[in-house]
Amino acid sequence: MSIELGTEAPPFELPGVDGVDHSLDDYLGAKLLALVQYCNHCPYVLAWEDRLMALARDYAARGLAVVAVNSNDVARYPEDSFGRMKERAEDLGFPFDYLFDESQTLAHTLGAERTPEVFLFDEARRLRYHGAIDDSRDDETVQQNYLRDAIEALLAGVEPPVTETEAVGCSVKWK
Amino acid sequence: MIELLYWQGCPSHPEAKALLEQVLAELGRDNEIVMTEVTSDEEAERLRFPGSPTIRVDGRDIDAEGASGRPSLTCRIYHLPDGRVSPVPSREQLEAALR
Repeated sequence: MSIELGTEAPPFELPGVDGVDHSLDDYLGAKLLALVQYCNHCPYVLAWEDRLMALARDYAARGLAVVAVNSNDVARYPEDSFGRMKERAEDLGFPFDYLFDESQTLAHTLGAERTPEVFLFDEARRLRYHGAIDDSRDDETVQQNYLRDAIEALLAGVEPPVTETEAVGCSVKWK
Repeated sequence: MIELLYWQGCPSHPEAKALLEQVLAELGRDNEIVMTEVTSDEEAERLRFPGSPTIRVDGRDIDAEGASGRPSLTCRIYHLPDGRVSPVPSREQLEAALR
């Protein structure tokens, strides 16, 4: 069961592919924080990857911090190991932090179920949007840009037009 | 025989089955699709299941490149003709395998 809208962002301290540990407080300067349940191996993540990178780039200057979090069991899914995370981030030049939640604590606390799955928090770090990046894994058939619209709304100081959608993707690989 | 092997943990098999049925209909074929659910790592190993969905026509995987992947309960990666990644095979892949 995922956390409810309005819930405060859970604290965390997790290693990033940049070699630095990152905590919730590291993003205090960001107006918005998007925690995105993520991984390397899932075709749904790969299908949405360019769009997530574009969002991170488009809104960085306006105060959005995107943080991708991989919580998968790497014993059964070695493609998601920390080493492979580093390789992928470097190869593609991820414009966002990519953190390894080896204990799966953050995923459990968020109630994450899928990759990719977005938890968008406002400046007070309350959950304001949860779910999919948009309404189609096929970038040529997207009609509703849920996350982009939620970001625009929150930056304008209004309620996102859609606050919850179903995240479509691979299951989080629990231990 | 046309087999579709799937794992419930990946949401892509209904879309793959629908696309497969569509392509079969367009080709004027009325083959039955044999659905096989894979539920454990042991089954994945035994069935040489590299991810969901896996489609075989007369025992031959429709995507030779992905067929040799490590057996695993996972979502399978396909590539569309334009290079984009997809969790289901392309119409072209299915058509080529069924002709």
